[in-house]
Amino acid sequence: MSNVKKGVRLQGVSKIYLDPKTSKPFRAVDSIDLDIKPGDFVTLLGPSGCGKTTTLRMIAGFESPDEGEIYLGDEAINALPPNKRDTAMVFQSYALFPHLNIFDNVAYGLKLRGLPKSEVRSKVFDMLKLVGLEGMENRYTNQLSGGQQQRVALARALIVEPGVLLFDEPLSNLDAKLRVYMRTEIRRIQQQFGITAIYVTHDQSEAMSISDQIIIMDKGIIAQMGTPQEIYHSPASEFVADFIGEANFLKVKLEEVGQEHSTVSLDGIRFPAKKPAASIAPGGSCTLMLRPEGVRLADTGILPCRVVLSCFMGSYQNYHVMVGETLVRLEDAHPVGRRVYKEGDQVYLDFSPVDTHLM
Amino acid sequence: MASTKSRQLERKKLLADPVMMFAIILVMAFLLLFVVYPLFTILTQSFETDYPNTLISQSQRITSRVRDGALKDSPFYRLANNCNAYATEFKKGAERRDTIRMAELGELIETDFALIHEDRALTEHFLSLLNASFSEDATPLGENALLDIVNQLKVAYENIGETHFTLEVYLSLFTNRRFLKVVGNTLLLGAISGLCSTLIGFLFAYVDTYVRTRMRGIFKVISMLPIVSPPFVLSLSMIMIFGRKGLITYHLLGIKNANIYGMHGILIVQILTFFPVAYLMLKGLLGNIDPSLEESARNMGASRWRVFRDVTLPLLLPGLGNAFLVSFIESVADFTNPIMIGGDFNTLAAYIYMQISNFDTRSSSGMAVILLTISMVLFVIMKYVLERRSVATLTGKASRMRMQIEDASVRIPTTLLCSLVGVFVIAMYAMVPVGACFKLWGKDFSFTLRHFANVFGRDTKPFVDSLYLSLTAAVITSVLSMIIAYLIVKKRFLGKRFMEFSTMFAMAVPGTVLGISLLRGYITGIFRSGFMVLVGTSAIIIIAFVVRSLPIGTRSAVAALNQIDKSIEESAYDLGAGSVKVFTSVTLPLISDSFFSSLVSTFARSITATSAVIFLISARFQLITPQIMTVVDRGQYSIACAYATLMMFIVYFAIALMNILVNSMKRSRRVKELKAEA
Repeated sequence: MSNVKKGVRLQGVSKIYLDPKTSKPFRAVDSIDLDIKPGDFVTLLGPSGCGKTTTLRMIAGFESPDEGEIYLGDEAINALPPNKRDTAMVFQSYALFPHLNIFDNVAYGLKLRGLPKSEVRSKVFDMLKLVGLEGMENRYTNQLSGGQQQRVALARALIVEPGVLLFDEPLSNLDAKLRVYMRTEIRRIQQQFGITAIYVTHDQSEAMSISDQIIIMDKGIIAQMGTPQEIYHSPASEFVADFIGEANFLKVKLEEVGQEHSTVSLDGIRFPAKKPAASIAPGGSCTLMLRPEGVRLADTGILPCRVVLSCFMGSYQNYHVMVGETLVRLEDAHPVGRRVYKEGDQVYLDFSPVDTHLM
Repeated sequence: MASTKSRQLERKKLLADPVMMFAIILVMAFLLLFVVYPLFTILTQSFETDYPNTLISQSQRITSRVRDGALKDSPFYRLANNCNAYATEFKKGAERRDTIRMAELGELIETDFALIHEDRALTEHFLSLLNASFSEDATPLGENALLDIVNQLKVAYENIGETHFTLEVYLSLFTNRRFLKVVGNTLLLGAISGLCSTLIGFLFAYVDTYVRTRMRGIFKVISMLPIVSPPFVLSLSMIMIFGRKGLITYHLLGIKNANIYGMHGILIVQILTFFPVAYLMLKGLLGNIDPSLEESARNMGASRWRVFRDVTLPLLLPGLGNAFLVSFIESVADFTNPIMIGGDFNTLAAYIYMQISNFDTRSSSGMAVILLTISMVLFVIMKYVLERRSVATLTGKASRMRMQIEDASVRIPTTLLCSLVGVFVIAMYAMVPVGACFKLWGKDFSFTLRHFANVFGRDTKPFVDSLYLSLTAAVITSVLSMIIAYLIVKKRFLGKRFMEFSTMFAMAVPGTVLGISLLRGYITGIFRSGFMVLVGTSAIIIIAFVVRSLPIGTRSAVAALNQIDKSIEESAYDLGAGSVKVFTSVTLPLISDSFFSSLVSTFARSITATSAVIFLISARFQLITPQIMTVVDRGQYSIACAYATLMMFIVYFAIALMNILVNSMKRSRRVKELKAEA
């Protein structure tokens, strides 16, 4: 394929809506800066109402920004209508044309570009083969399953060889199993084409499994941007840590920062932790994050605690324990052959410095 | 400050789309020219002085009293006569008036004004002679009254070429007892007709949704009949059955002086015409009530009557109010039935038509404004008070099929009542084709098909013109309403509210008012400029048809468009299609059903329309409906029936044709689907 993959740049972009009830301006997207490199798969992730879909729709041209400028490649595209932008979108509802069959749906964009009939035909058949829909070209959309419709939508967007492929929660209407299968498919096809993709979702596991970069959005601003590993292991804020995976937070005091790791204290107990970001000075208080799967219960360990809930979940034992006044949730994976604690047991939390994160 | 930049960007995108801009400008121009401007014209006319007419009417107050030959030498009589002649000459228009004669008359008039002004004795002398010669006149003309007339003549004469603001028209209308009686009649008729139509419509709707019955076939026929027939067929059959020489009244019962003409006649006819509309409206609402609401009331121990009173009726109340207002508006706007069967009972819409020949443009404009105001008030109540409430109470769809009532104590009386009404209605409509087959209705009941042959043999022009104009209007309306709906639903632009409002507003404009305002607006060109003199052309008839049907086509297209997920169109944009391409390749195919139904409903409404076009027809363009009215006026009922029968046949044929077309389109799609599965 001969497409020229393009980067996307957002410079101080805002979208301001008027609240219909109070008629006060409301910043759905609040001066965000973004730089997406050509060929990257970037996911916008966040709770509903965080501005991720609005951002995507501004890139596609369905909404106009109130501040800032959007660049596609080197071109400023604010004033371009959607049909003049080199983007193609896969919609949440698939948005297939119900009056056209699958062939005509996929061929739509090519016909608009005035390609000769024979070329349209061969391209459409190639594309249908790629997404695994050979022999379906004469069917209508109402004769396809959700997963098949999803592939048609993907094929229809891909075939015009856009500079950027946009996805607006494309898998949210599929059942859980199909969702997992389709996301690996989407990743495979994106890698095969090497196309730039921007993907909106509120499903964190989808975001983790599919992306080169994840952008976490909250209330119209970017909370953090990074690789899935960075986001998961070194979240920038409690919001990010809590949104991606489960997280426990303990208020601790940073005692000192050493070569390998730092030392923190909680209720007079000193223990080692990962080095914090430079913004936290020794002597100040900070938050210690522990992932449920990164902590163990043991007869001896770092922090004393009391078990308040112990529940067998099949693949793991789920514990809730109280560390002082703070509730900590943890998961003991594959608890076969190990001691299982009961509610009321006085035990210890044990973890190594790499499993901690200070913020 | 908020979102100014995005608005600018949106505007830029829109401006970069010349076809959309063109469409917006086109629609705006149409609405401004043919909805806003004509109504504005009658509104301003009703507040304007009309000095030539004042001259004529005031001078006639003197001349009509003068019978004594001796008085004809009096300066008062001379003055009145000359003023009359002067105004008549003036009204001929700038090119055609005889300026030399006008100058002569002007000199005479001024001399007489001076004479009357200087010599008080002249007035007393004239009055004594006048009142003496007119002794039987209960109210002799007083000195003040006479001087007032002279004064008015003077003002009118001096300002003849000008117009000023005045409330005179409304003052005189609202002090005119006859006119007030007409307004009262209209409102009374509308209220009773609306109430009865709603009740009967509700009975039918209730039986249709709640009661186990085998009458649904009849219901369907009844709801179809008013659509395919011209609005006055029921009056026609009413006269034929219950009139002076009516089949039942005269021939069966031998009543010599049966009088169906009057309010009771109009009422029966209007109720039978409007209740099917109420039935269809209420049926839709009843179908939306979730049966589990009523079942839960039953479950808690309420009797069937209590459920009806406590659950069904309150839920339906806004809908009933709506049906009442729709029938009320229809009754107020009804023109043909009061004309045909009203007798001495005048309603506003018909009264305006009868007054229009008096050449008093201002007071007919004033009456039209009053009629429009009545409809508008009802329309606003319906649109902004009731429709909102009905949405609030009837959300969601029925979750299940309703258990139908089989109880004989409910079933038998309701079904019986419906059958009686139903059979009566169908019999009334059946009278039309039957009546066409007799030689001379009321006198010679021998079978003949001559009338049908006559209708075709004698003069096919009304048929050809009606078909041609209605079809043209149907195409224009359908295209225009699809475009308007698309713009309203999918686009953001300045003046969108105005476009939406003025399109829908046309629904509240009675045909008579539309006809008059188009006539007044374009009889001497737009703004009396001599440019766009549309009266007398086919264009103005087509425009009247289009304006009347536009709200219906637009409403159905808006509903269809709202059903379409907006991302379907967005995806087409995103793949590179411009607005026009999106509209033609995606939007239009998806709302094709609504397009075809608008085509047919406009055709049916146009070919049966009477009130709006009766002011606009000319020798060059004749239509069937006014033709039928003329024939009825002459008492040739059988010929009228032949016309009406053919017309109903044409409309029914058009509807059937469209159904076949749409179904075959659906079937070919289904065949393709099956092939794809194989």
